[in-house]
Amino acid sequence: MPSVNRKTMIAVFVALLAFGPALVRAEPSAVTVKIDNFAFDAQTVTVPAGATVTWVNDDDDPHTVMAEDGKSFRSKTLDTGDRFSFTFMSPGTYGYFCSVHPHMTGKVVVKAP
Amino acid sequence: MNEPLDRRRFLACMGWTGTGVLWTVTGGLASSVTLDQALGATAPKTKPFTFLQISDSHIGFNKDPNPDARVTFREAVQKIAALPTKPDFILHTGDITQLSKPSEFDDADQIIREAGLEVFHVPGEHDMLDDGQGKAYLDRYGKGSQGAVLGDGWYSFDHSGVHFVGLISVKTLKAGGMGSLGPDQLDWLKKDLAGRASSQPVVIFTHMPMWVAYQPWGWGVDDAAQAMALLARFGSVTVLNGHIHQVMQKVEGNVAFHTARSTAFPQPAPGTAPGPGPMKVPAEMLRSVLGVRTVSMVRGQSALAVVDTPLA
Repeated sequence: MPSVNRKTMIAVFVALLAFGPALVRAEPSAVTVKIDNFAFDAQTVTVPAGATVTWVNDDDDPHTVMAEDGKSFRSKTLDTGDRFSFTFMSPGTYGYFCSVHPHMTGKVVVKAP
Repeated sequence: MNEPLDRRRFLACMGWTGTGVLWTVTGGLASSVTLDQALGATAPKTKPFTFLQISDSHIGFNKDPNPDARVTFREAVQKIAALPTKPDFILHTGDITQLSKPSEFDDADQIIREAGLEVFHVPGEHDMLDDGQGKAYLDRYGKGSQGAVLGDGWYSFDHSGVHFVGLISVKTLKAGGMGSLGPDQLDWLKKDLAGRASSQPVVIFTHMPMWVAYQPWGWGVDDAAQAMALLARFGSVTVLNGHIHQVMQKVEGNVAFHTARSTAFPQPAPGTAPGPGPMKVPAEMLRSVLGVRTVSMVRGQSALAVVDTPLA
């Protein structure tokens, strides 16, 4: 029995070593959102304040990334393979869309650190 | 009670697919004039004529399935130039370019000039991609030869008794929405149509479909219903658009809607693909899904006939 407990403890310890950082940093400070088939592949991403979100256009059609308020952030036109990054400093919920194809919408939720 | 108006429709015969639609407006006025007189309206004289619609040339597109959209655009223009009866003019219903680059606009201009006809443009969303969000388009096409351009580039003109209205459906789009006309343009349209006899045939041309062709892909115009309400009193309304790169028609009362094919690449039918991106077709099939469309409009007929013939 004690040996089983020790084994279990070792297993837990190893697991923590392996996955601990991932668990602690459940909200990574850099996130990529793919644009594919006229959609943002993660409709909602949640990040800590200070995180950078990068959009990559994998479509054959040009797209943009534009904040719903029209001013928080706005990419230039992204042709195939182009990317756009924005660093979110303030907590809040940021809706955005493609100004070329406005039915394409997404959301970035920024949490206080 | 609406019968007199219902009878006065355009007959549309569409020839080729791809980038052009040839419209013929012919007489058949006898009964209409009588009805107009009965209504106390002044009947505009409609002489027979043809015009051509071309759309979605996407100059600059160079991916599967079309390595050079200039080549297929030129093929379509050559077909127009070879028509036995010269159309009076061409309407280009937008997406002239792929990315609104000056070189793309230059190429498009140079190619379409080979038809030797006057061209009237409206922009597609691909023509709004410069940093000025449409400034490049307006700088180039903002001044039509038949009157001043208002607002973001909408305009109207009369030709042989038919009233043509070019609308901008790709500006100031809202998140989660489709195409949009906006209150300023609707105000202008209201004034533009005011005082016109209900018997005057009206042709609306714009990029996005003025009815909801497929909402999940944004194939429609949010405030189209307000424009259609302004047009409801007219006996003959024809609405021409591009954007969806395939032929689709719809008739609603006195209004006939037609979407034209592209000269660059086809798009999937609504809901038949994960997204509305370019449809990949084998090279030998490309020209069967591109081309130009000829349409004849005949005033005073109740039938609507549509014939499509591909480029190859």
